[in-house]
Amino acid sequence: MIEQVKNIEQVLSPPLGDGGTKQAPSSPLGPPVPERTGDGGTAGFSLFSSLVTFLGTSTKTTDKLNALADYFVHAGDADKVWVIALFSGRRPKRMINSSLLPLWCIEITGLPAWLFEESYHTVGDLAETIALLLPPQIKVPGAERSLSYYMAQFAIFEKQDEAVKHAFITQAWQHMGKDERFVFNKLLTGGFRIGVSQKLMVNALAKSVNISPSVIAHRISGNWDPSTISFIELLSEHAHTVDVSKPYPFYLAYALEEDVSALGEPHEWQAEWKWDGIRGQIIQRNNELFIWSRGEELMTGKFPEYDILQGLLPEGTVVDGEIISIAKANNAWGFAPMPFAFLQTRIGRKNVTKKQLQEAPVGFIAYDLLEFNYEDWRPRPLTERRAKLEEIYAQVNQSVFRLSPVIQYNTWDELIELRRQSRDLFAEGLMLKRKSSEYQVGRKVGDWWKWKIDPFTIDAVMIYAQKGHGRRSNLYTDYTFAVRDGDKLVSFAKAYSGLTDKEFAQVDNFVKRNSIEKFGPVRTVKPELVFEIAFEGIAASSRHKSGVALRFPRISRWRTDKKTDEINTLDDLKKMLQLYGNKT
Amino acid sequence: MVEQAENTQQALSSPLGPPVPERTGDGGAVITFTDKGLYCPAGNFYIDPWKPVDKAVITHAHSDHAKFGSRYYLCHHLTKPLLQARLGNNNYESIGWNEIVYINGVKVSLHPAGHIIGSSQIRVEYNNEVWVVSGDYKTEDDGISGAFEPIKCNVFITESTFGLPIYNWLPQQTIYNNICNWVTGNTQQNQASILIAYSLGKAQRLLKAVEPLQQKIWVHGAIYNMHQAIVSTGVQLPEVTYITPATPKEDLKGALIIAPPGAQGSTWMKKFLPYEVGVCSGWMQVRGNVRRSNVDAGFALSDHADWKGLLTAVKATGAEKVYVTHGFQSAFSRYLNDNGIWSAEVKTEYGTEEEEAPEIPTTEGDL
Repeated sequence: MIEQVKNIEQVLSPPLGDGGTKQAPSSPLGPPVPERTGDGGTAGFSLFSSLVTFLGTSTKTTDKLNALADYFVHAGDADKVWVIALFSGRRPKRMINSSLLPLWCIEITGLPAWLFEESYHTVGDLAETIALLLPPQIKVPGAERSLSYYMAQFAIFEKQDEAVKHAFITQAWQHMGKDERFVFNKLLTGGFRIGVSQKLMVNALAKSVNISPSVIAHRISGNWDPSTISFIELLSEHAHTVDVSKPYPFYLAYALEEDVSALGEPHEWQAEWKWDGIRGQIIQRNNELFIWSRGEELMTGKFPEYDILQGLLPEGTVVDGEIISIAKANNAWGFAPMPFAFLQTRIGRKNVTKKQLQEAPVGFIAYDLLEFNYEDWRPRPLTERRAKLEEIYAQVNQSVFRLSPVIQYNTWDELIELRRQSRDLFAEGLMLKRKSSEYQVGRKVGDWWKWKIDPFTIDAVMIYAQKGHGRRSNLYTDYTFAVRDGDKLVSFAKAYSGLTDKEFAQVDNFVKRNSIEKFGPVRTVKPELVFEIAFEGIAASSRHKSGVALRFPRISRWRTDKKTDEINTLDDLKKMLQLYGNKT
Repeated sequence: MVEQAENTQQALSSPLGPPVPERTGDGGAVITFTDKGLYCPAGNFYIDPWKPVDKAVITHAHSDHAKFGSRYYLCHHLTKPLLQARLGNNNYESIGWNEIVYINGVKVSLHPAGHIIGSSQIRVEYNNEVWVVSGDYKTEDDGISGAFEPIKCNVFITESTFGLPIYNWLPQQTIYNNICNWVTGNTQQNQASILIAYSLGKAQRLLKAVEPLQQKIWVHGAIYNMHQAIVSTGVQLPEVTYITPATPKEDLKGALIIAPPGAQGSTWMKKFLPYEVGVCSGWMQVRGNVRRSNVDAGFALSDHADWKGLLTAVKATGAEKVYVTHGFQSAFSRYLNDNGIWSAEVKTEYGTEEEEAPEIPTTEGDL
């Protein structure tokens, strides 16, 4: 363990600045970074942290919208650009090895490491734990920086050695309040997430700059660097013509909860299979091909299979579709989708091996046409877009570029019957799109619906519990479940969601009263509580004791009516694996 | 029943007669930990028992410390009317702080614990050994509950509800200011402010907090009843108005309301729309708890000692042994051992005021 240093002053560098001078304090990271003009004064970072704190606990959407709109009125331009970046999923990567922050916190506070751990397990969030443990803020007038200042400093962190980072961070902590420290640590550790949708941020921004939300959504999409672009540039109408890779915001569907017949006349709707891959856009402009995923991540290069499309797709074309593993097949479509587990082997890898290309070949199933001949086709009706898409498909004529089959049906009953085949086709269910619909921005009710099939379910018993994070901190909400194998219990899945707050409180109470052993933060629990676990897919796995890995496991309900001897068995899981799993 | 009562009377009246000579050399602990509660074998009485016993000495009137069914209760003068309000008529006897009584020859006295009105630490002396049971306590003087008084002792039995260093309270005046600013902000937007607080303890403290606003304070029935019980003891509190079903809705527009945790999210609150809800509890120190409680604001205002408060209290007793009850007992106890104070954890049934807080799972202790 690190030697405990009792005197904080000893650890921290001399206090910031030298009294009243206004110049930027010389940064320990090197020459002072000049603050950009229009930075919104000195209150930048606390304004931002107040916003994040407010959004994190506010329960009303209108309150959140107003707080954001208010921020966009008062904040400096450079900070606003960062807020747009952060709130549109452009999370900064981890700026620092997250094991260093606890060490420095321990060093400053003089607390033993085990007590830090214990605190962390209760708070459930590293950034917050540190913010709570550090000694009270030392207020120094003029010591406050802006959000963009810190982001600029973080960007040059990578090349700095540890001592420099140490001095900078511990000094910054000293002058911050609890909320600022929390947000600062979140940015540093790359775990920055806000409980606000991009849509809400866009609406708030629209309110303050008087541009319509869908225009803003498009202007802020694609490839831009918050550290170099200005607020004016970002929102200007000329900006997007410069970036040839710029995708369109995806149109997302809500789940169909009511009876399908409520949608009206069957012939007004186009039905397609809902494929289980990654939603993506292929963009062909200026002799270049770009692949974007729904997370607005540029994925060109990850899927060399698509390279062949460059030059075959007409210039100025944007196609929306599914990035998915497919195999050639002797069926009406000429292809068969493969389970998501195959695609998973390809995600997150920078370099693809030949073996992977053979085992998990990736194709593109085209859904829609968003741009043709450099013209925005989104306002045209679906039927028109589809007809043009079919033309392009025929022209391209490559096995990697497929057309999403349109399902033929006459009545809703027929479609209900067809939907039952989803699982056998490795589809998640159906998509229903109004034939007259425009291609809209974001999640909108009315014209597009996803109609998923019911998930797999299995009854299992809880055997381990661990305290949760975020709003579940200090409550046992993360559980491991087991099925029976003879007279043994075999763990097969973890799940964190699906119970109401009240049920979580009851289970938490049970865990505290029925713990058998404690392994660090994990408690083994008397195997008594039975839950129905729902999941979307199953694959073979050598990493799990049970030999299976589940996709999106969650608790679907608490089976208070069932006892441990009535749960499913490992054989039941294996049967599911055989029928629907990745058979490699 | 009658016989029992007489016996007790006799034992208690001992200050009037000569103290029972101290028994020698049975070597046992002054207080033992049993499945009914903390027990003093020499005096044959319990402290805050969770099961019915013959003789119970009560630290304070919260329901996890003062249980129904015992034959005799000894408590502070200010606690007695609260017990009567909560447990009905029983055989209660009350004394003042620093007043000495003997129970079967064991010297017993009560000392302010600063937790809620009437809350007391219990000092038990026998065979020249002094044990102190803290009950629940806070070290900051709230001006209502009496200032916590450190008592020198050999063995200290302390709570540990907030026994982790992440719990470090802001000065109460700062929190009070935050609460007042929040209320003012709501009023400006024509929204009612509903403050969620324990009906006994926190609610009275809040009356003090919002006094500078000079606004009419409306309260839920549970808080009104406690208020009446407290005022009957002669304690001065700001005036409150009881919200009845007959209270017209217009009167409650943008009002300031104090309600117990049980009222949160209930249909009772509909009457105040539009409103913002703020919870006042030490648990609000952690963001996750604020988010989980699904309210608009959380104020980390607690009637328990924070980490520093616990450590200060333990050190001030000079105790060579410290037993740690309800809360983060394993962490707090380990920390004391690491720092040269012998300590052990004790399992009790305190810290589960469930009847008070059904909406917010306060599983590690009470509010």
